[in-house]
Amino acid sequence: MEQKNLKETVLRISGVNPRKCMKCGKCSGTCPSYDEMEFHPHQFVYMVENGEIEPLMASKSIYRCLTCFACVERCPRQVEPAKLIEAVRLTVIRQQGQNHLKPDAIPALLDEDMPQQALVTAMRKYAK
Amino acid sequence: MQRIGVFVCWCGSNIAATVDVKAVAEALGKEPGVVFFEDYQYMCSEEGQNKIKNAIKDYALTGAVICSCSPRMHENTFRKAAAAAGINSFMVEIANIREQCSWIHKDKVSATEKAIVLGRAAIAKLHLNAPLTAGESPVVKRALVIGGGIAGIQTALDIADAGFEVDIVEKKPTIGGKMSQIDKTFPTLDCAACILTPKMVDVAQSEKIRIFAYSEVEAVKGFVGNFNVSIRKKARYVDEVKCTGCGLCTEKCPQKKVPNDFNLGLDQKRAIYIPFAQAVPKIATIDADYCTMLKTGKCGVCSKVCTAGAIDYKQKDTVLEEQYGAIVVATGFNPIELTKYDEFAYSQSPDVITSLEFERITNAAGPTGGTLLRPSDGTHPHKIVFVQCVGSREDGNGCGKTYCSKICCMYTAKHAMLTREKYPDTEVYVFYIDVRTPGKNFDEFYRRAVEEYGVHYIKGMVGKVSPENGKLMVRASDLIEGKQLLIDADLVVLAAAIEPDKSARPLATMLTASMDTNDFFTEAHPKLRPVESPTAGIFLSGCCQGPKDIPETVAQASACAAKVIGLLNKDKLTCNACVAHPDEMLCNGCSTCEKVCPYGAITYESKEFRMPDRTTRIRRVASVNPAVCQGCGACTVACPSGAMDLHGFSNRQIMAEVDAICK
Amino acid sequence: MVFSYYPGCTLRTKAKELDRKARLAAKELGIELCEVPEWQCCGGCYPVAKDEIATKLSAVRTLMAAKEADRPVVTVCSACHNVLKRVNDDMKNDPVISDRANRYLQNEVPYQGEAEVLHFLEMLRDKVGFDRIAEKVTKPLTGRKIAAYYGCLLLRPGKVMAFDDPENPTIIEDFIRALGAEAVVYPYRNECCGAYLALEDRDSVKKKSSAVLNGAKAGGADSVITACPLCLYNLQKCGGEIPVLYFTELLFEALGLE
Repeated sequence: MEQKNLKETVLRISGVNPRKCMKCGKCSGTCPSYDEMEFHPHQFVYMVENGEIEPLMASKSIYRCLTCFACVERCPRQVEPAKLIEAVRLTVIRQQGQNHLKPDAIPALLDEDMPQQALVTAMRKYAK
Repeated sequence: MQRIGVFVCWCGSNIAATVDVKAVAEALGKEPGVVFFEDYQYMCSEEGQNKIKNAIKDYALTGAVICSCSPRMHENTFRKAAAAAGINSFMVEIANIREQCSWIHKDKVSATEKAIVLGRAAIAKLHLNAPLTAGESPVVKRALVIGGGIAGIQTALDIADAGFEVDIVEKKPTIGGKMSQIDKTFPTLDCAACILTPKMVDVAQSEKIRIFAYSEVEAVKGFVGNFNVSIRKKARYVDEVKCTGCGLCTEKCPQKKVPNDFNLGLDQKRAIYIPFAQAVPKIATIDADYCTMLKTGKCGVCSKVCTAGAIDYKQKDTVLEEQYGAIVVATGFNPIELTKYDEFAYSQSPDVITSLEFERITNAAGPTGGTLLRPSDGTHPHKIVFVQCVGSREDGNGCGKTYCSKICCMYTAKHAMLTREKYPDTEVYVFYIDVRTPGKNFDEFYRRAVEEYGVHYIKGMVGKVSPENGKLMVRASDLIEGKQLLIDADLVVLAAAIEPDKSARPLATMLTASMDTNDFFTEAHPKLRPVESPTAGIFLSGCCQGPKDIPETVAQASACAAKVIGLLNKDKLTCNACVAHPDEMLCNGCSTCEKVCPYGAITYESKEFRMPDRTTRIRRVASVNPAVCQGCGACTVACPSGAMDLHGFSNRQIMAEVDAICK
Repeated sequence: MVFSYYPGCTLRTKAKELDRKARLAAKELGIELCEVPEWQCCGGCYPVAKDEIATKLSAVRTLMAAKEADRPVVTVCSACHNVLKRVNDDMKNDPVISDRANRYLQNEVPYQGEAEVLHFLEMLRDKVGFDRIAEKVTKPLTGRKIAAYYGCLLLRPGKVMAFDDPENPTIIEDFIRALGAEAVVYPYRNECCGAYLALEDRDSVKKKSSAVLNGAKAGGADSVITACPLCLYNLQKCGGEIPVLYFTELLFEALGLE
């Protein structure tokens, strides 16, 4: 996809308007996964607005967001960065062969206490 | 038959770019009664006005229709021009083809069509116009200032200085407002009390100023020049005349557990108290919610120790009725409640405080005697985090404010600088989104905090404050370094957004003064009439109109005083000519109009009427005081028998306009 | 009082105790829980994307069943609760999602978010009342110091969940006090445990979950309670010394049930 189409796709999937952002950085100030991310929540907002979607798609950061919604809850301008990250992730895994988690790999990841909820959620988040 | 001239203004390109002005002029020229038409680039210019004047003379016009901007803008200009040319100024009608046409449409064809329709309606109305003459009303030469903070104080002093009487109504027991709670003032760092209290003393000593402290405005009637105001003086349970302000009662009162609101609840006061040493008037007040005597009838200590015999447990509220020519609103601001911002742990830790609380903690007359100590354990904080924009600049769907509170950047720079100066062993962090310092010597002040005092300014926002083992763990982003920080702070200071005082909205209703969605009073013109309300005779001073620092507040307060003095200096005011009048033969005496009139302009009187059979009958009919009537038209729509009508906007005229539009 | 009951996948398998004790405690409190017939898994997480309709349908079916039965639907699992409440909010307030979902399901009468979704804790607070629960307690947990762990799913997004103050909640603490124990308020009780990262990055989960447990421990808690099976798993696996329990286990115990 072209850059412009990618941006439009991400905006459509997320329903987010990144122009509302006032660049305060509160999302990144509250993100529990900040240190594990290459691109941080505020950068997602900024880069999507600039149409720089491909670097975000290529980054492992999209699998580090837990959709805990701390950034959404605390954003003073109700930009909802987590929804943008989710949209970028979906833009990746909706492509054929781009699942982040493959069913074959799952048994090795389990232990006997792992709740079903974790599997179901991970499959939803990582695969299509 | 009227002889009408039509004048179509281009307003440069404002109108002409969207409306074919020549086509409008020509189309309207064909309307019945129109004997002259013309279009011109700027009708409001001297040249444009001359065109109107000359046409009135040359074509013996009886009326003029000006197709131009809103009547709020230039109706008066054109009325004066018409009067100068010898016709009654109420024989001018404005068709608003700018705000209501060219500015809101894009398509030239339909905009032109609409402009013609609007012009046609104005012509139809003008055919039914009759010359009107405005009456006059006297001016009560006294002003009321509502709110006794620095804004109200400055306005009152300036009005008094010009020789007019002023009353200040203040709901707290003392004047002084927020400025009396502040420690130092930016950018010069002089002590707030040192510059405020002399002004408070000036107010107390002025022969022209009366202070109604611990009082509230309860009702406002009347109109510019003639306001009747009811003022409730709340019971202090202390005789204001007898009390000497010695303060003995405030030391002996056994009820010691009363939250001290002057110190924002950071310490406690007695049930009888004087808010602070320099209070004006310096009179004790009993807090009825806590006084054991008032609640149970058993105590009376203050009464026993008072040598002046000033304590009066039986005191009741009293209501005063006063007359004023002008009313100044100076109701000020408050920091917003922070209960919805608990990611900053404001309600979870006493060591998370607002900036105003910080002022009290650093003030020599505050709860800690001016030593910076943590509220939780009274220890000295070694690491302080200041958070900017808490509740300001939000998107409008949350709990915060959409505007910038304007004063926070500067007072935070002040707090940070003063902390570093007095306690060099303290690390100070300021998290900011933008540092906004427009103002004389303001940016230099902020730079000093950074360069001379080593305050750490970090671009980023705090995301979460967690109280942990006596520390406040502050998680925040450093956007420039690209890091998430975790700071173990001892004290967190939140720059809470400011909002208008809660009393402002009910007051605006009483005054019929307009407000914006944030409850700030609206000014008559945002640029050119910034200290007047659109409601005649109501003036705005200080933060009730928008966030302001002290220098701006004082400047606006004095500007406001100048406008009040200009009004009080007049002996008479020209009234509104477009007033209501009843057709007494149709009036059935039902009183509906009296009830809907927001200005109290309508009364009923019994009158003798000669009936067709030559008998006389006494009938009860409405009567309008033309000096009070503002011409709002509420009575004309409320009247069930159609007896009420409005000069200049008669039912016939409005129907003629509607007919012309629907033709 | 009769409520529709939606157990969800995990309560049928790994979290059987959460389910069993919830049912027994409810019965003791005079509440009848009628399991939603032929319920399906909610999907575990709310599909945030605006264009995801199919993944929301199982939740819509559950909600429609609750509407049909004309009683609120109660969940115990935080995740199920989060999904049901948010999908319900979409059906009520997002006309595009609501319209498309109703077309998918070929509903003659469109479902427009009429059902009421309650977490078991909300049911206890709003329908039973914590004071009544306190009366029913036969074995008060006196002397126990218990820390509530909310995590993210119960509270956020605050406007939609409307469960409690998202930044300073009190419902589980009030619940703990009703059972006669002391509630320990500590930091990170509403921060994320690491959730499904458990599958691929246990270190990351451990970091997040340890912060929670350390906070509770520093606050003097002797145990931590939660409503979410995944939170429980993550907190337990990070090797803290404090026992992590389901809130229903405490209720079961305090009501004197065996």
